[in-house]
Order: sequence, then structure tokens, then C-alpha cells
Amino acid sequence: MMSDKQKLVVIGNGMAGARTVEEILARGGGQQFDITMFGDEPYGNYNRILLSNVLNGTQDPADIFLNPLEWYTENTVTLHAPARVTQIDRARKEICSDDGQVTSYDKLLIATGSRPFVPPMEGLKGPQGEDKHGVFVFRTIDDCHKIAGYANKCRKAAVIGGGLLGLEAARGLLNYGVEVHVIHLAPWLMNNQLDAQGGKILTSIMEKMGVHVHLEKATAAVLGEDSVTGLQFKDGTILDCDMVIISAGITPNNELARDCGLTVERAIVTDNQMRSVDDPDIYVVGECAQHRGRVYGLVAPLWEQGQVLADHITGSNENAAYHGSKIATKLKVMGVELASMGVTEASDDRDEVVIFSEPKRGTYKKLIIRDGILIGAMMLGDLNKVAYLMQAFDRGTPLPEERLSLLFDIGAPSVEATMLEMPDTAQICNCNGVSKGQIRKCVEGGKRSLKMVMEATRAGMGCGSCKKLVSEVVEWAAEGQIEEDPSIHFYVPGVALVKSELVEVIMARGLKSVSSVFDTLAHGVEDAGSKMGLASLLKSLWGAEYEDERDARYINDRVHANIQKDKTFSVIPRIFGGVTTADELIKIGQVAKKYNVPMVKFTGGQRIDLLGITKENLPKVWKDLGMPSGHGYAKSFRTCKTCVGTDFCRYGVGDSTGLGIKIEKRFQGIESPGKLKLATAGCPRNCSEAMVKDLGAVAVEGGNWEIYVGGAAGAHIRKGDILCIVDSHEAVLQIMGRFMQYYIETAKYLERTSSFVERIGMDKIRAVVVEDSEGIAARLDAAIQASVDAYVDPWLEADTPATANQFVSTLPVMQA
Amino acid sequence: MISEKTKYALGSVTQIPLGEGRNFRIGDTEIAIFHTRQGIYATQAECPHRRGPLADGLVGGTQVTCPFHAWKFDLKTGEPQMGSCALQTYPVHLTESGDIELTFLGEAARFAS
Repeated sequence: MMSDKQKLVVIGNGMAGARTVEEILARGGGQQFDITMFGDEPYGNYNRILLSNVLNGTQDPADIFLNPLEWYTENTVTLHAPARVTQIDRARKEICSDDGQVTSYDKLLIATGSRPFVPPMEGLKGPQGEDKHGVFVFRTIDDCHKIAGYANKCRKAAVIGGGLLGLEAARGLLNYGVEVHVIHLAPWLMNNQLDAQGGKILTSIMEKMGVHVHLEKATAAVLGEDSVTGLQFKDGTILDCDMVIISAGITPNNELARDCGLTVERAIVTDNQMRSVDDPDIYVVGECAQHRGRVYGLVAPLWEQGQVLADHITGSNENAAYHGSKIATKLKVMGVELASMGVTEASDDRDEVVIFSEPKRGTYKKLIIRDGILIGAMMLGDLNKVAYLMQAFDRGTPLPEERLSLLFDIGAPSVEATMLEMPDTAQICNCNGVSKGQIRKCVEGGKRSLKMVMEATRAGMGCGSCKKLVSEVVEWAAEGQIEEDPSIHFYVPGVALVKSELVEVIMARGLKSVSSVFDTLAHGVEDAGSKMGLASLLKSLWGAEYEDERDARYINDRVHANIQKDKTFSVIPRIFGGVTTADELIKIGQVAKKYNVPMVKFTGGQRIDLLGITKENLPKVWKDLGMPSGHGYAKSFRTCKTCVGTDFCRYGVGDSTGLGIKIEKRFQGIESPGKLKLATAGCPRNCSEAMVKDLGAVAVEGGNWEIYVGGAAGAHIRKGDILCIVDSHEAVLQIMGRFMQYYIETAKYLERTSSFVERIGMDKIRAVVVEDSEGIAARLDAAIQASVDAYVDPWLEADTPATANQFVSTLPVMQA
Repeated sequence: MISEKTKYALGSVTQIPLGEGRNFRIGDTEIAIFHTRQGIYATQAECPHRRGPLADGLVGGTQVTCPFHAWKFDLKTGEPQMGSCALQTYPVHLTESGDIELTFLGEAARFAS
């Protein structure tokens, strides 16, 4: 049977080819194309950039694979490897490969990359024309293995080429106990990235590490009969060595394209859609592509090219165009941090050059600024400011007048600095014990979004307080190549809509249950991680009309208690305002005794917690207590902590206890996107910590109450902002209720008030809630009143269970 | 010696609310039965991570999320979405009258086979 899909053939299975195919698949290209790939090497795609780590032994070859062979099977991509394409027949739209196959294509992608450039010199071959023993290039995983195998037997190695890759190779060789010499043609090392002064500092650093640097040396010949014995230079000098690694740049693999008549200059010439300028069915990506006269040998541009290409070939964005990349590199050469972007020298009278140089410590910083815009920078030894500079360079944003701060952090250390200084072993997620190193490895293993890293490592999935730090580590490790997960904008991950859109559709279609939302808006795909958020939203939208499906609730909300590590539950009865009586305490004590409660504990919210209650006993305990639920488990109004206020305290200026009891009686159990913990304080001494609660009321002299919102003192600590000052208990209740309703309607699921007020802004909140700028205050008041009126104590389910076996952990069995 | 009686009638599926799970004890073994919208599934009762009660987890499609630390497992295969240990699963189906029928060879059989 003929497939009606188009045939996409990809020549090249390196980082450019495979990454581009990933981009195509991500745009649904698997439905449009049968994809066949040809690779020279007998492997899946691996991260070539990490080969130097493999050579120096810090990484296992298996760890650098980006697309292992299973990836191709899983994505129904046919991979021929090892198979080298030998010819492209554009007229017949076919290619031939050295495994004897002829493969036809509708679209062709050339991603042949490049190979090491070997400068002309004598003596590269042995007497029979075979490659001379001990001469290597450094490009593939096989090269790596060969170099490592040979280096073990060697004493002295020469690396021809003092560019990035050459120095990486030199670093790798040091680990084999070999004396390493770097031979470089230019007057200083890394002359593409550094100026003379920077190069000089790099040389002295390298020499301190034991690498011998020979500058302005052109190699004339490799000496030795069968095996290398030395190098002869054009100035007549000789260096004895028993191993040579040639790393003098790259040559694009252009031959296939040239032979089939495509325009080839330094590489294959492409248009802005990454197609050959001669053939709209042939795309080119990576090191073999020449776009607007430039050929890129780094990974970031090929990612940008791959995205444009994928947008165009799949039709997902036909206007996609590549406009070239600005090259900024950050690397570590032999443990020396180095960054370079743009030009290395001033070239115009307008150019302003800012330099800091401290050769003794190996620190060098240079910026080249034109008309207030960064056009070039290099940094050696101290990369504190690099993240900012790279961003400013890439976006062309104007720099601040204060140039000094561009070179140094004056004051608090930057994120970047913190990241660099932080050891790999530093624990980032204290709940799940995830280290910086684990996150870094995960990112390097190809997970490039915060969500993917969180799911793979579980970092940030405990209390969530480290999430920002996790995201900083991910960003740092991904070096800007972050993929944003679109679902972070959705109200819940399983329904592709932001909150406002979701609310609109739910109301328009009259969706009143969680399962109906999945059926209607998520193609019937039920997502556990979305259920609670949807339940919370539907309840807030429909009130009594909400169709409550109990499976959409977390276990705590199914049994109205908080599950503990031994599968028992905690029972916290409501004690309004933290004010109890002798009789109530006696009753609680009797219940604790009757059920052998293993722990009776005061909570932080001025209540009493009975811990260690089995699920079966929950209804019995509730009934024996005869007290309502304190909601110590739900995303809802929890408690209102109070201080002694005016009744006994010598300092109290307002009746905080009375107010707290009123607040708790009114708002108990109101469900909300996140928990709501409140407090009232009878004076600004703030004994009840009202200023760090979701909502707090603080009495001030003159009979007034300051209302604080957005405070937090959990995993995240924030002092609340004053929303307004009112003059009575009733006004406090009204404003608090209105704020709660606005929060319920506007916040994201699980967004605590501290994040909410920062996202919306206090000015906006004050305008809506206090000044009624949108004319919705009356509606908000009515809505919260409806929720208050609809409140039913969930512990009444003790007598009337809501579902079958609601409080049963294990059911009996009869054998058939 | 493997018991010949390997089929267990667990009673009506209505004992388990739709979308939820409940545990059943057979001998010394607790088994979680899930009444999902996709069908009925049986797995070991406790999460291999910290022994969380899987039957109390949230179910999405054929995936359960442990209520303790949000580890996720496929109910059909027992495969973990992340982490290492898979769940033991057991063949289970609904009879025409809506009764749950579980095939369980006993723990000994698992190790004997």
C-alpha cells in the first residue's frame, strides 16, 4: 500500500539533522512525512560538544547520546547507519547510498555537517599510503576512543590548532599523563574569540597548567616512518612527539551538493527558509549551510535554523525566516571559564572600549560598545556578568551608563555567579534531595524545560519553595536554550486553555462536572493532575449547581482529614478564633483517650490536632467530638489566629479576638485556589503574626483596622501589603470577603495570595476591591455571601457518606 | 503448592465509586482495585516509594498518582512514569452482572513462576 505521506529524506544524523527532525516531529511532521535518515556513524545522534568530556574521562560515552537508537523506532523514523549517501539525483529525486540502496524523496534535508580541516603538510601517510600511526583528528566518538587508546602508550603529544577544539583536546590529553604541546599558527590562542591581550593571559594560564604553547608555528611535516616521531615546522625547528592531534578548524561537507549542481561557496548557499537557492525541495541545515555569507560552527545557530526549517517544511508557519545568528559562546577550556561574543577589536572612532585586566589572577574583561549597544565582549576567568551581557548583545538592548557595573557585581552576587560558585553537590530541592549536579545532568541529557526537569528529577515537587531556584539552575545549565512548556500558562496542564478562556467555555457550554470538561475540552483525556484544579474552578463558578464527582478530589478532600505518612489521618476540629472552653477541652481529651490517639498537638493556627486516626474511625471521632471541621486539609479558608486583644491585654487597642471569631464563623470552609490562613492582631505588636498571613487585620489607635493581604510565612516569606484601613469589624468582614472572592475568581489554581498580589499588583487590587473601579464590588459581595450561605460542615458526612465505602480502607473478599 | 482456586469474586463494582480505588485483602495480600472510566484494574496496594495507599490516589485515564509524593504508575502495566519500581498488576475483569472477578495465584506463585 502506498502511503499518502510525503517522503522526507535526511542526509546526516548529527546534531543538526536529528535536532531538525525533532523540531519537525514536534510540529506534527510525523503525520505529514515518512522520514528516513542516513548517518555515517553506526550510532544514534550524540552531543559532539561533550566529546572533550568523554576524552578527559569526566563523562561516559553512553551519557552523551541525545537520540539513542530506540528514539528512531519510537518515532517511526527509518535510520540507515552506518550508510553514506554517495549521490543526489535531483532530476529523479533520488539518492544513492553506499549500502547499495536508492531512496526517493519528495523533500531532502542536507545536514552533512563538516569534517576536520587538515592543513597541507608532508608525512601524514605511512609508506603504504595508510594513515600514519599516531595521527588523529578529533570529531567523532570513534576518534575519541582511538585517541584515548593511543594516548595511554604515549609520552608526548602535539595538538595542531590552538582554537577551542584544540584546547579541549589538550585538556583531555593531560588526563592521560601525557606531556602536551599546542601548536598554533596565529600570534595568540583562540584568536577568533580573544584579542591579543586576552590570548596572552590565556597562554599563561595554560602554561601554568603544564601545557606547552607554541605560537606562530606552521607545521611543515609529520616525522616518522610508520609512526609519528615528531613535527617539523616551516621555520626549520623540530618538536619530538609520539602523537599528533589535528584540530585546525573544519571544512563543510559540500561535495554531494556541489556534485548535483547546487550553489556552493564556502558551504551550501541557502535562502531565509534554509532551502538551497537552487532547489525548493532541498533544505540545508547546520555546518554545511551558508546563510547570508556566514557558515556557523556552533550549536546555537543550528537550533535556530532547525526551528525555522521545521516551521516552513511542515507549513506550521510559512512565514518563518532565519535572519542569521549572533554568536556568543561561553565555554570552559581546561577549567578556565571563557566567554566571547561579537567583535574582538574596536574598528571605528565611535567605538568605546572598556577593559579590566588582572593577568596575575587570569582575569580579563573587555567590552566593545558602539552607540550605547554592546557589539563585542570577551571575559576570561570571571564570568559573573556574562548572562546579562549575552542577553544585551543578542537583543541589542542599550547598556546602562554605569559601565563599571557591566563588568562587576557591586553588591549582591548575580544569579550567574551564584550558579557558577555553587558546587554540583549543593542540594537544591530539600524535600526530594535533588542536587544542582543532578539537575545539570538532566538538562544536559536533553530535558530543556522546567517542567520536564521537575518531572524527571522531582526537584521542586515537594513544598515548591525551591521552584525558582530550580528554574535558575535549569536556565543556567541550558545556557539559554530553554524550551517553554506551553502548559505552564494553562489553568490546568490537561486542558489547553488559560483561566479566562476556560471560564468562558465552561459557562458557554454549561459544563458542570470535571468529567464533562475532559470530555468536551480535552478530547476525553482525563488528567489526574488537572482534576483538583478543575473541581475548584467549577465549584467557584457553579456553586450549588456544581456536579461534584468525588474522584476529582484529593484523598484529604474525600475524607475531610489530612493523610499522614502511616496512612492514618489528622483530625482538627474548628476552634473559632483559637478560643476554647474547659468543657470543649475535656471533650477533646476524652475522645483522644477513647481512640488511643497517639499524638495530641497544638497547631500553628491555635487549634488542637488529633493525629493517628484510622480512616474507619474518622466518622466516629467526628461524632464523638461534636465539633465542626477545622478544614486542616483543604484548599480553603483554614483558620483565623487571634491575639488576646482588648479583653485582657494591656496593650490591645482593638477587639481582635471578637473579630477573629466573627471572621472564622463567616468564612469557615470557603473553598479557594490556595489555602487561606488569617489572623487578627489587637495592636501593631503583631503577636498573632497578622502581617504575614494571606489576610490579616491589625488594630491601630483610633478604632481603626489595617487590612493586610498577600502575607506568607511558610516555604516563602513575605510581609503583606496594606490593602486599606477601615473603622469597624463589619467593614473588615466586607473587605476581606470581597478580596477573597476576587482572589477566588482571578487567581491561578494553587496560587497563594502572596504570589497573586505580586502578579496582579496592589494598585489594581486596591482599585477593584476598595475603590470599586470596575463596578463589580456588589457582585463580589453577593458571590461570597452565596458561598457563606451554602456552607455545610463536611463532617456531617459521618452519618451520610457521600460515596460507597467512603471511610473503608479494605473490603472483605469471598473466594469464588 | 499453588492453590487451584485462583479466581476471586470481589462483589459488585458499585462498591468502588467511579474514578476511585479501594483495597481488598486476599489472605495476607492487599490488592488495590481501580474502577476507572477506562475499565477495571488491579495492582499492589502500596506505592513502592514510601508505601503510600495507591487506592486513595487520583486517577487520570489509566494512570494513578500516589497521594503521598505524587509518583505515577500506569494501572494497565504497572510501569512507573518516573522512578524505578513497577507495580505488580493482576488480571481482573467485570462479569456481565457487574461483579469484579480477580485472578490471583497467591504471592508464592509470583516467585515460583
